[in-house]
Amino acid sequence: MKDITGIIQCPVAVDAGDCVTLAHSEGTRATRDLITNRILNRFANPHVTGTPDAACLSLSNNQIAFTTDSFVVSPLFFPGGDIGSLAVYGTVNDLAVAGAVPRWLSLSLIIEEGVPLATLDEILESIVAATDRCNISVVTGDTKVVPRGAADGVFINTTGIGEFLTTPPPGPESIRCGDVLLVSGPIGSHGLAVLAAREELALEPAPRSDSAPLHEVVAELKEQAGESIRAMRDATRGGVSAVLHEWSADCGLTMTLEESAIPVNDEVRGACELLGIDPLHSANEGTMLIAVDPSAEEQTLAALRSVPQTALAAKIGTVQSAGIAAVTIQRLLGSEQPVDEPTGALLPRIC
Amino acid sequence: MCLGVPGKVIEWVNTDPVFAAARIEFAGLTRVCSMACVPGAQTGDYVVVHAGIAISRIDEAAAKQTLKDFHEMELAEELEQMKQFQPDCREPQ
Amino acid sequence: MTTMKHIDEYRDARKARQIIDEIRSTLTRRWVLMEVCGGQTHSLLRNGIAQELQDDLELIHGPGCPVCVTPAAAIDHAQAIAEQPGTTLVSFGDMLRVPGSTRSLLDATRSGASTKVVYSPLDAVQLARDNPDEQFVFFAVGFETTVPATALAVLQAHELGLSNFSLLAAHVCVLPAMKAILESPDNRVQGFLAAGHVCAVTGFDRYHDLANQSQTPIVVTGFEPLDLLTGILDCATQLESGQHRVENRYARAVSETGNVDAQAIVDRVFTVSSRPWRGLGVIPAGGLVLRPEWSQFDASLRFRELSEPFGDNAADDCQCRATDVLTGRIRPSECAAFGESCRPESPLGAPMVSTEGACAAYYRFARETPMGT
Repeated sequence: MKDITGIIQCPVAVDAGDCVTLAHSEGTRATRDLITNRILNRFANPHVTGTPDAACLSLSNNQIAFTTDSFVVSPLFFPGGDIGSLAVYGTVNDLAVAGAVPRWLSLSLIIEEGVPLATLDEILESIVAATDRCNISVVTGDTKVVPRGAADGVFINTTGIGEFLTTPPPGPESIRCGDVLLVSGPIGSHGLAVLAAREELALEPAPRSDSAPLHEVVAELKEQAGESIRAMRDATRGGVSAVLHEWSADCGLTMTLEESAIPVNDEVRGACELLGIDPLHSANEGTMLIAVDPSAEEQTLAALRSVPQTALAAKIGTVQSAGIAAVTIQRLLGSEQPVDEPTGALLPRIC
Repeated sequence: MCLGVPGKVIEWVNTDPVFAAARIEFAGLTRVCSMACVPGAQTGDYVVVHAGIAISRIDEAAAKQTLKDFHEMELAEELEQMKQFQPDCREPQ
Repeated sequence: MTTMKHIDEYRDARKARQIIDEIRSTLTRRWVLMEVCGGQTHSLLRNGIAQELQDDLELIHGPGCPVCVTPAAAIDHAQAIAEQPGTTLVSFGDMLRVPGSTRSLLDATRSGASTKVVYSPLDAVQLARDNPDEQFVFFAVGFETTVPATALAVLQAHELGLSNFSLLAAHVCVLPAMKAILESPDNRVQGFLAAGHVCAVTGFDRYHDLANQSQTPIVVTGFEPLDLLTGILDCATQLESGQHRVENRYARAVSETGNVDAQAIVDRVFTVSSRPWRGLGVIPAGGLVLRPEWSQFDASLRFRELSEPFGDNAADDCQCRATDVLTGRIRPSECAAFGESCRPESPLGAPMVSTEGACAAYYRFARETPMGT
């Protein structure tokens, strides 16, 4: 029988008999109990009364942003976050970097049979705390239970609606030769945190995810440098490298990085040296890339650094005319080399 | 091969010959690694760690000499460059 | 950012330039140097050193990637073990994507085989100790640098009285391969950079005979840019003056006799044997096997019915010129498939899969330079 506990690593003590079962998903009394007394009671807000099939929302005349993301991280709990907070911040950040103010979320849970109810409670509490921090409401959702083996503990989908109160950045197609590339903080933390937790690499302190909302940072940026920003993106799966490859494909230009300028935390640096991992390929969940007009470089950096969360923001490169590769980096001897797209999951290596 | 990283011995946690281990520091983090191959390493020494075991103790004197050699090479080059502009420049005594 | 002692001092760009100038002022001809360590290949290319010196020296890359030279049959055996109920194949991350005869361990995992990646063989022992109802088989690849860790794993398993831990041993030894290369009739190698971390374990006292007999300078070299450049400088200087000594340019980590404690541990558990190297055939004394007294930890015996005899890797794609690349006869870029049908995301052979393989290193760091064309 599959052992769920390896996936969970939940700090809350588990009562062996108190688990999610298939009955919770069959429209039974157990279902109603789960929905009403564990989920709905946590997300009370004007849009959620009773158990309607849809939330009724009022929108202003502004354009809306609409995004969706699914979260399948293993283990469910890791230093710096968990699947619950990740599911909130991930979607909030997608709305924020698009230039919208996050407003509402849907919350869809797929739970593997056998997950302790206490674990579910822990995840739900984390979602509540995250939504409070972002001043955003969960207004609708769904819960399903699947047989053992059909999911890895818990899968979550969040779909988010945001509002454009200001003109959004034009996007990566508008990136021009000479634009500068900024990063809001040290890179690679989340990917390493999840790898170290999942593979039990016994690193101390355990690497911490940077999982965090970016909507306040984005608000500050829009105020200080709004018109000069071409594009913003949180550098999630595939890390900084993945985002820059996408941007290069969108604008047809080369993104050139300066290796010595890329900020990396000491723990991430130590872990990457030890395990042979490139931080450019390691995911981030609270760190973003910004492409900005060169005339606004100083004020954009100042805006980022004025927020404690992004005090270590840095310029990491520039946009050049199409060159030897989509993304390049200048290393020790100044020669320009291609930076490849990540080829798969991060793996520790001996060679 | 072989990814071997120098780290500092912070504290010994086991002195059994087969299970010998110490906490080793690498930049901002530490990991308990096997010390069975470096039984004489002391707290504060640097060791090279590969695949979770310390395979060698760093010889600090040799390291200092290597860096000194680099420094002397640097000085020699600077002197060479100075001479190009000031031919009367003498070697330092 | 904190400085990492014994690393950052050797990544100084200005000093690197100075040593490059020194190398250039020493040379009167374009010597052929070989390094036999995937980590050095990677570092030379990643730091732009090989590219910078390409007109001054011919730096060729030998079979220094243990992942690349692990026989396909061993990978197939590992997969077959992973597919056994109640058995988990534990491996370094490097091996996961390398193709065996038909597929990789990662492919096998996706089809239901049980595999686990670890950073250290000792973690595999912990897994076995914590899960007594499951069999754990550690896929032991690597050069002499890694063997002490595997040997310790066996000793620890023995002390703990574990009956659910075993090794699929595929360790290889570097010096016999260097000898085979130098003795090959079409050898062009004039100087060797010896693998620094292998020598940290083994020492280099056994290299003197080879240097003398083949009249080839052998310089023990580290991995950071300044280490590599001083190794190259020493080798070049010797060649220019007709010398062929063994020199140690990684003295902070390597001594002449090496780590005798590590050697004793290895010697307790393993013994030298002839082994096939993928793409190179059998190298006499080129591998290590478990001593008979440790046969209870030998997965090749425990799971013998699942193995095929090691043979030439006939299943390797016929377009793949791994043999020529691994012996330095051609640069990766001289293979017709390089960058075309053979790329990291669609590799034809091991040297393109492994992050330390010469083909992967060329593709990642040098494909847009004259070296890569």
